[in-house]
Amino acid sequence: MRTLLLIWGCLIASMAPALAASEADFKASYAAAEAAEKEAGQLRNQWTTTEAALAAAKKAAAGGDFDQAVASSKEAEALAKASIFQATSEKERWKDLEIR
Amino acid sequence: MRTRSANRFVSLTLALAALALTAPFARAADTPDPAADAKAFQKYFTEKFPKLKPEDFVNGPYSMNEDMHRQWEEKEQFPPYEFALDAGKDMFAKPFKNGKSYADCFPNGGVGVRQNYPYFDEKEGKVITLELALNRCREANGEAPFSYVKDEMASLTAYMAFTSRGKPMDIKIPSDPRALEAYENGKRYFYTRRGQLNFSCATCHVQSPGERIRAEVLAPALGILNAMPIYRSEWSGMGTTSRRFTTCNSQIRGVPLSPQDEEYRDLEYYLSYVSNGLPISGPGARP
Repeated sequence: MRTLLLIWGCLIASMAPALAASEADFKASYAAAEAAEKEAGQLRNQWTTTEAALAAAKKAAAGGDFDQAVASSKEAEALAKASIFQATSEKERWKDLEIR
Repeated sequence: MRTRSANRFVSLTLALAALALTAPFARAADTPDPAADAKAFQKYFTEKFPKLKPEDFVNGPYSMNEDMHRQWEEKEQFPPYEFALDAGKDMFAKPFKNGKSYADCFPNGGVGVRQNYPYFDEKEGKVITLELALNRCREANGEAPFSYVKDEMASLTAYMAFTSRGKPMDIKIPSDPRALEAYENGKRYFYTRRGQLNFSCATCHVQSPGERIRAEVLAPALGILNAMPIYRSEWSGMGTTSRRFTTCNSQIRGVPLSPQDEEYRDLEYYLSYVSNGLPISGPGARP
């Protein structure tokens, strides 16, 4: 019976709509994305798509849509991290393409 | 016992000899050798396109197939860069407010010198491109610098390239470790993948010249800068080497650097050096 109640509780929790993101959530996720993009900039390898996602996050936040703002910030952070990975892995891998 | 010692001695001697023989080769593989790079670079393209003469490569995509070549011949009857060329000639001849002119800033009065740019300035320890030299000339004479990507800069470089047409690219790497470093930096930039599309310059212009990327036929990297500046139909206007580099970066979804940043100047140095011996064909026209 207790197990059944637990499962029931989990089902209700998963069906309930997620809590709306707040301005504080946006600020935290945007700061993380910006920090990653700054690091990509130091590696001279920023992506236009990261910049676009950052701009979209700011625009959504300005319009009060913090759910979208957080989603765009997270997308920007993921893209920035991918560009950092690219720059780091290419430090030696570029030699594979070299004509010798 | 004596035989065992003798065997050990012979083995040790052989091992040392083997080390002595292989060590220089191991070093050689890591030591930059621009002359060997240029030879390998040119060999790669001439073997990939055996029907082309080396000087054909400077025509970029128009050298890649007969249809394209015919288009180029027709285009050259009324070349779209002609207006820029005329404007550049006038601008070049017109004195600055202080009475001096571009001719005062360049060897041989700026005529027939395009093939020597970019060069490595040992005093400054950096690569100087033609575009940078032109803006420095302006600033030294109290004039405002031009945009590096198009319009006036493209016109001026078009005229200077025209006065060098047919002259073989002749880029020198002086005996200065900083020059070699700049060359190596340029090479690294050329082969490094960047942007969300994960492309390097080489992805298009070494691995896939002659292939289509959407509607465009990709140009070979060999001789690609000999035609600069170019009129591009896609741009509906003229563009400089700086414009070509920055737009390439944008197209692969990378944030372009600023025109004439060190990476771009070094890239130009590398790409020009490996095309040494191929004629200047600028200004050019591209689809």
